[in-house]
Amino acid sequence: MENFTYSYTAGEPAVKKVLVGVVASGDLEVLLEPASAGTTSLRITTSVVGKGETWHALLNRIFTAAVLPAAKIDINDCGATPGVVRLRIEQAFEELNRPDAKGDRYE
Amino acid sequence: MNDRAMQYRDSMTELNARLRARALLDAGSMHELADPFCHLSSPWLGLQGITPQADDGVVVAKGSFDGQPAVVLAIEGGYQGGSMGEVGGAKIAGALELAAEDNRNGKPMQAIILFETGGVRLQEANLGLAAIAEIHSAIVDLRRYQPVIGISAGPVGCYGGMSIAAGLCSYLIMTREARLGLNGPAVIEQEAGIGEFDSRDKPFIWSLTGGEQRFQSGLADAYVADDVEEIRQAVRTLGARGIPTSHRSDRFDHYLARLKEIDTAVPATADAVRHGYAEGRPS
Repeated sequence: MENFTYSYTAGEPAVKKVLVGVVASGDLEVLLEPASAGTTSLRITTSVVGKGETWHALLNRIFTAAVLPAAKIDINDCGATPGVVRLRIEQAFEELNRPDAKGDRYE
Repeated sequence: MNDRAMQYRDSMTELNARLRARALLDAGSMHELADPFCHLSSPWLGLQGITPQADDGVVVAKGSFDGQPAVVLAIEGGYQGGSMGEVGGAKIAGALELAAEDNRNGKPMQAIILFETGGVRLQEANLGLAAIAEIHSAIVDLRRYQPVIGISAGPVGCYGGMSIAAGLCSYLIMTREARLGLNGPAVIEQEAGIGEFDSRDKPFIWSLTGGEQRFQSGLADAYVADDVEEIRQAVRTLGARGIPTSHRSDRFDHYLARLKEIDTAVPATADAVRHGYAEGRPS
């Protein structure tokens, strides 16, 4: 198991909390919470050791290509491939724009 | 289920634990307690190099079922095989204890448990076992006031100490995909030899421990398709029966007598087990 932390420039605070994914084999969970405007911080916990450079490259690509809403993001990973990681992070940000179904929101 | 029905069904097994709880409760009524953002993950797994999950693999969802207050406890089979550790176990036991307390205070609260678990989480050893014992006590307490309904949809099924929890429920619903057993196939093979139990033989495993077999043997009360609406209907039908006059676990005399008749020199077959359990079964 390895832990990494990152921080990136961001826009306005995210509008709500979002959870996507499960820590199942080859998958990961992304917990996204609103943070103060300007900065997104990430905390990664991964079951795979020695893939720090891959995480670094992937997160740089996602978080520097566009200015995303400011969030505190926790990722718990169980050996997901970079493609799956990217999809889950994008899914989390997409959920921010989705109207809430009733009772479908974390307070 | 034919191809068309399978294509258009609303599958339960394809949902994760949180979505299963949401699908089971009345639309829009779900409110999660001790949710993932409370960060109640296992304090033990990280120390052993295993990534924790923020909810420790257990979802506690309050809401209503057909307008009646209900709490759904859903175990995430995808995380560590749905294993029960200290935190996840405490979430289930605590919610069941609160439900019993509500009933004692004149507030009706029913519980539905979605079993998708291999049993105790070995990495948390006695803490997991203690939590499972608390779950057992809490089910026995709560079922005096309200029927406690267990569901095993699959694909993990329900094993170990949690199979005892399923056995303590007032009613148990299973699909064809689910399995129910004290020991898992690999454990039986390791202990008794491949001649007794071949853990690679899936049709054989399901023939002895699958949902259909458990229903035919009277160890489950409903056998349904992997479909959200069918499962909801089964919960409705069983709930309407109210508290059973005698719980399955109170009829241990009947089961012990049946087990005594088994000739252990002959490998068990699905038919023989069904007939054995059916004999003298109270209807």
